[in-house]
Amino acid sequence: MTLAAAPESGAAPVAAAPRAGRVLRELMRRKLAMFGFAIIVLVVLAAIFAPFIVPHEPTEQLFDGLTLEGAPLPPNAQFWFGTDLLGRDLFSRLVYGARTSLIIGVVANGIAVVIGALVGITAGFFQGIVGSVLMRFTDLMMAFPALLLAIVLAALFHPSLWIVALVIAMVNWVQVARVIYTETRSLAEREFVEAEWALGAGKARILFRHVLPHLVSTIVVWATLGIATTVLLEATLSFLGIGVQPPTPSWGNIIYENQTYFTSAPWLVFIPGVAIILLALAFNLVGDALRDILDPTQKGRH
Amino acid sequence: MSAIKAAETVLSVRDLKVQVATPAGARAVVEGLSFDLHAGETICIAGESGSGKSMTALSVMRLLPEPMARIGGGEILFGERDLASLTEGEMRRLRGNDIAMIFQEPMTSLNPVLTIGRQLGEALQAHRTLTGSALKKAVVAALEQVRISEPERRLKQYPHELSGGMRQRVMIAMALALNPRVLIADEPTTALDVTVQAQILELIRDLQRERGTAVILITHDMGVVAEMADRVIVMNHGKVVEQGPVGQIFTAPKQPYTRELLAAVPKLGALKGSEGPMRASAAPAPVADIKPTPVPVRPVVEVNNLTVRFDIHGGLLQRVVRRVHAVEKISFSLKPGETLALVGESGCGKSTTGRALMGLLPFTGDVLVAGTPLGGLSRAQLRPVRRDIQMIFQDPYASLDPRMTVGDLVGEPLTIHGLASGSELEDRVAWLFSRVGLDRDHMHRHPHEFSGGQRQRICIARALSLSPRVIVADESVSALDVSVQARVLDLLQELQDEMGLSYLFISHDMAVVEQISHRVAVMYLGQIVETGTRAQVFDDPRHSYTRRLIEAVPIADPARKRESFVRMEGEIPSPVHGLDYQPVYAELEDIGARHLVAREAA
Repeated sequence: MTLAAAPESGAAPVAAAPRAGRVLRELMRRKLAMFGFAIIVLVVLAAIFAPFIVPHEPTEQLFDGLTLEGAPLPPNAQFWFGTDLLGRDLFSRLVYGARTSLIIGVVANGIAVVIGALVGITAGFFQGIVGSVLMRFTDLMMAFPALLLAIVLAALFHPSLWIVALVIAMVNWVQVARVIYTETRSLAEREFVEAEWALGAGKARILFRHVLPHLVSTIVVWATLGIATTVLLEATLSFLGIGVQPPTPSWGNIIYENQTYFTSAPWLVFIPGVAIILLALAFNLVGDALRDILDPTQKGRH
Repeated sequence: MSAIKAAETVLSVRDLKVQVATPAGARAVVEGLSFDLHAGETICIAGESGSGKSMTALSVMRLLPEPMARIGGGEILFGERDLASLTEGEMRRLRGNDIAMIFQEPMTSLNPVLTIGRQLGEALQAHRTLTGSALKKAVVAALEQVRISEPERRLKQYPHELSGGMRQRVMIAMALALNPRVLIADEPTTALDVTVQAQILELIRDLQRERGTAVILITHDMGVVAEMADRVIVMNHGKVVEQGPVGQIFTAPKQPYTRELLAAVPKLGALKGSEGPMRASAAPAPVADIKPTPVPVRPVVEVNNLTVRFDIHGGLLQRVVRRVHAVEKISFSLKPGETLALVGESGCGKSTTGRALMGLLPFTGDVLVAGTPLGGLSRAQLRPVRRDIQMIFQDPYASLDPRMTVGDLVGEPLTIHGLASGSELEDRVAWLFSRVGLDRDHMHRHPHEFSGGQRQRICIARALSLSPRVIVADESVSALDVSVQARVLDLLQELQDEMGLSYLFISHDMAVVEQISHRVAVMYLGQIVETGTRAQVFDDPRHSYTRRLIEAVPIADPARKRESFVRMEGEIPSPVHGLDYQPVYAELEDIGARHLVAREAA
């Protein structure tokens, strides 16, 4: 009934290209993905080479960083992004803050996605008692107020960047687990999986060669979407005093420190906000492109 | 026929052209189609997938998925008006009222969250101002016309409470409620069982006779065409191959494509009197030595009292509340080089039987594959057995992992069983590819790059890779176009002759079964009601259900058109029962030469 079906003798178009290098080449061909990729590279480089880039120390309270009345300076030739309430250079703080935010966004979120995916796949594929226990535990974690849990965990350990990353991971894996669980279950019931059982394939083969590859797109989407939320969650924790400790800058705590002065010094909120949005957007663009490139069924389709 | 010529023309299509957008620019999917439809007449548009027959129907209804597809030229004259140039608003007044359509899938074309009464009522209200009791009366009348039992009760029911056949009746009621002058039916019976199909076709014909509705019937099934059509339009790749009165198309087709299409249709009764199955076109003579020989050969598959039941959980505690009695104590055996067909309608347990044989379901009873009992084996213990028994699924696309290359897919069984690796594996896969008639250069492609028939060949290659002794083919050719189906069946038979394979061929299609099988077992409600050689079952059906099945098959020969169908009212009862249900076992009686028939209550 469909127009897609070709006559049996007719050859289908587009042969498979060798896999190596294809991903990068495909990525290059997509303008939006390249834009996102460039931003990510830029932020990573800024974080690594922060000491060589910044014009001032991020924690240094500059004498000429404030007006005579003691108000922060808006962006100008000397301070590209302006200064904050203590006369610190905002540009320098943002560059250093990139370190914190990247660690939180990538590491914390990465751990969360890995835990969530593991739990979801195990529960969805094996089901039975193991699955029930895992999913009920997930439900329990979902029902728990995330912030409260984070506060308790952070209070138990001495607050540091890595503890914060861990706390965020502990809170964020549940949604991923839920989504992956549902998808694994429906995959496990697909006919090609049954066909694999009929061939005598073992659990490991089915799980790693036939179920996992189909979950890649979901995992990539969650990994990229989660980056923005984790950066913001870190900001919330910092604001409550259990996150990254001042004076260490992070994009989140810069916003929270300054949000009350939004009307008089909007750049203090606006600029780090744009930074968070751009980074999240960049990861999303790259994630979207990766998902399409890694899916062979999109190839040669019109 | 003579009356039709005098009848007025209701719909006239002139040089219709439909285009779809592709990255390479507009592509015509229908080109230069012209026909006149007269009142009370049935035109069948026949063709295989991609022939543009559905696109034609959608363009008449102006329901093309714009802007991806659009009418590129030509006229669709309904009376004085050209439908191709009407506005959407004018078209909406026409749809349902003057031209109505029934779709293929009655399950998806009804809204699952609205009651039948509500949906029918809405269809009526779209064009008539009816309310309250008048509306209800009209709805009940519409349901009565399509001969639905207890129409009053149906009003309150939801689509999922009705069987497929009943849903299609509701769709027809909806389409005909406003007495349209043209009815377009797009594969209206393809998703239905044969006995239900016969009922629905009869209904359409009766209603058409009463009201003088003109019908455009779109179908791939030449049997349905022969049964229903006054005139036939054969389409291929968007172009009209041939059109003419039904008798002429079937008896004296002018174009080679039409002849091929008709030749490919398996005809029920074509093998009357012969013992073995029909062989591939090159060697029509049945192979005599495969006939059950007097020397006892050890069967490769022995099934004794196989029973499969599924629990239905319910209530707060998720306790077992009811059971589906899918298969009840069936027994059969399969000899080397033999094809046993399991036939029956949906829900009769034939697929469940096949899956139990593959060890994919828990079952009770004895199943022996190549002498190994399957009962109680773990997955790891089953693995060696799987080298002897393999399966080909119904939907070749769904049963192939879309993310793997077909070369990997075909080689996978060998890797799983540790039979080959490296260059040996590659050689073996290449050999399998050429054996099933695929180009070995295509090994690096993915399943979606192949057509339906090619995908089924890939599945066959996969099943063959382990050199099994038995292949369970579950509706393996049902999803394919007839010409492709014929070629795949030829391949299966060739492989059988060459390797002495046994097939358990599960199918609902009586004509295909007649062509391919040595022996046949007819299943009804989880039990075998009749079994014997192909000749015994088809030439001398004894059980009433077997007869019903055979009679219901539309025959691709307009000369044998049934004036009125054998009335087969009623639905097949449900196999779902309470926990205390004791199944009634049909007693099989040997009426001679191992032709077993279930004893029926007289």
